[in-house]
Amino acid sequence: MKLTVASSPHIRGNFRTNRIMLDVVLALLPALGVGIGMLGIRALWVTLLCIAAAVGAELLYSLLTRTRNTVVDGSAVVTGLLLAMTLPASVPYWLAFVGSVFAIIVVKALCGGLGQNIFNPALAARAFMLLICPVGMVRYMALGVDGVSAATPLHHMVMPALPEESLLDMFLGNCPGSIGEISALALLLGGVYLVVRKVISVRIPAAYLGTVAVLTLVFHKTDAPLQWMLYSLLSGGVMLGAIFMATDYATSPATAKGQLLYGVGCGGLTVIFRYFGLFPEGVTYAILLMNACVWTLDRYTAPKRFGAKEGGAR
Amino acid sequence: MKHLFFGGIHPKYNKEMSTGVVQFQTIAPKQVVIPMQQHIGAPCVPLVQVGDTVRKGQKIGDGEGLCVPVHASVSGKVVAIEPRPHVSGRNVLAVVIKNDGKNEAAAPSIPTTDDEILHAIREAGIVGMGGAAFPGNVKALSAMGNVDTLIANACECEPYITADDSLLRTYPERVLSGMMILAKLLKPQRIVLAVEDNKQKAIDRLRDLFEQYPQVEICVLPTRYPQGSEKQLIQAVTGRQVPGGKLPVSVGCAVFNVSTYAAIHRAVVEGVALTERIVTVSGEAIAQPQNFIVPIGTPFHDLIEVAGGLHDRTERVISGGPMMGVAQSDLAVPVIKATNSVLCLLKDKNGAAENPVCLRCGKCVGVCPMRLQPLYMYRFTNAGRLDELRRLHLMDCMECGSCAFTCPGKLPLVEVFRQGKKLLREADAK
Repeated sequence: MKLTVASSPHIRGNFRTNRIMLDVVLALLPALGVGIGMLGIRALWVTLLCIAAAVGAELLYSLLTRTRNTVVDGSAVVTGLLLAMTLPASVPYWLAFVGSVFAIIVVKALCGGLGQNIFNPALAARAFMLLICPVGMVRYMALGVDGVSAATPLHHMVMPALPEESLLDMFLGNCPGSIGEISALALLLGGVYLVVRKVISVRIPAAYLGTVAVLTLVFHKTDAPLQWMLYSLLSGGVMLGAIFMATDYATSPATAKGQLLYGVGCGGLTVIFRYFGLFPEGVTYAILLMNACVWTLDRYTAPKRFGAKEGGAR
Repeated sequence: MKHLFFGGIHPKYNKEMSTGVVQFQTIAPKQVVIPMQQHIGAPCVPLVQVGDTVRKGQKIGDGEGLCVPVHASVSGKVVAIEPRPHVSGRNVLAVVIKNDGKNEAAAPSIPTTDDEILHAIREAGIVGMGGAAFPGNVKALSAMGNVDTLIANACECEPYITADDSLLRTYPERVLSGMMILAKLLKPQRIVLAVEDNKQKAIDRLRDLFEQYPQVEICVLPTRYPQGSEKQLIQAVTGRQVPGGKLPVSVGCAVFNVSTYAAIHRAVVEGVALTERIVTVSGEAIAQPQNFIVPIGTPFHDLIEVAGGLHDRTERVISGGPMMGVAQSDLAVPVIKATNSVLCLLKDKNGAAENPVCLRCGKCVGVCPMRLQPLYMYRFTNAGRLDELRRLHLMDCMECGSCAFTCPGKLPLVEVFRQGKKLLREADAK
């Protein structure tokens, strides 16, 4: 009998990369469902195209570079899906395709692949798409009316004014917007699922949303601070960003304190970009900027090692 | 007041596999192989020659300095003195005794004064039986007058192993008596027997003896790996943290395994040397998992045979537990004083990935009981960055495997950390 001599530990937990990716996909399904239901079947075609393009790019890259086929880890599916969630349903198909390929090849693979990339692939691709075709990225369709573009709640808030939609409509997703961002309820459901499954901790979303809430409450732009705060939380990509984008493992800190600071930074920058930036939305650039700080945050928020506590000795 | 140690994991414990058999079966091997090195410190020098006849309990090896003697675990004839395979993976000089089955025992000697008790602990060859195998008399001597808390470690937090559990179920009074012997020497204010809450039968047996040993506090801790690690247990029992590179005595604590206390009881009260111990033979790849009383020096294959033999698809045989034990290639290796388990495992379905990838998920940081950052230790070991490894306190890692167990990317974390430590030691030696 040939016995294996390998390093301890000899048993492992059942936590696996592809299980995590599957959980993220499952967590996004409610938001995707609302997006398709409210924005029409084109939202589904855009999403499927993004996923197919991302997976295809991943496969092609591994074939061309003769490296291991990494499609099985499921991360390309997640990247394609996440990117689609940030896009308007009316986005040109070619743009969605180019963005997905950019996310996988340029942002992820060329940085060294899974876990090595500095920037969130979906958001970096979105920023790239805004750069090469702004028109395709900011045209949102009115609900239920074909071919008529509409102002999203965020467009009203830039004025500044409270959006036309009621808070309940915005919470449920009855408003124009990107495919995956319109229903806060669906996103929160997905977030709760991820926390329960221990895929993410609540630290980053809580710090992110909490910071946005406090800042918009204090620096409100209309004379209804509480409503302004709630609209700020429910509009645009804050929920999607806080729950699904800022929690991306590769581009967020690994330490607990680092995660809190990172969430606060994302929230603060989101509000600053929304208030002073060129675009109504600031989530993409807020998270991308914080992505660049992750290693520094981890380094300066390392947990105090065992035995280093003051008065640890008798 | 209860404390919690940092981090930790909840593996599947599988302890019920080996606790079904209540009666211990004592193993009578045909031959025993007694290594001259079964402890941390200097190896023993054989005191017998090939052809000599020895009695059970007779001292057959001893040495100078940090060293405790070894004894014949059966009576019979010395048939060889030569290097033999050892659980450490190296060949170690061993005295091989052919068992005559008579079990003729050496005459016991009973000590009375403190010095005599310390001497008896040494002469009985007692080492820490939880795995570290540090000479018991040396640890006791260094703790005399320096500790306020004496702890008996019955956590046995590694999955599968039930050796300490079955000891407590069967001979709880030996453990408690051993604790009182050391308490007499060390004079602590607090005497604690710490046990995890997944050993209810053992806890019941200990509580039955409360009236005889009212000074002993039974501390029941919520089950979590690696609670049985010395530093983590001290933190759980007292809230104190042993600083990096220091010993428990620096925070006023002394910890011994329950098997060690039982061996001290036998040495001091019965005058019997450490020649046998309880060993769990378990795992999915063994036919009849159970605990045995095993003479030191019994080859693993003898034990495995008595436990019904190995499964055809056995992948690993481990000396110790599944989290920190050492995988063996040669089943002729003998049980030594620190061997608490022979674990026979099939292929782990959650086992290593073909191409491990760090996702940076940070789970490893959350479970590290030493509050380190395994993901960066891994990255910087692979990059050979010794300055970063020092900053990250790689040497504080005790290789408990919590990070590797949890890692979804299945990184070989512990293996890489051993390499990193080696790099650091080599650099420091220059």
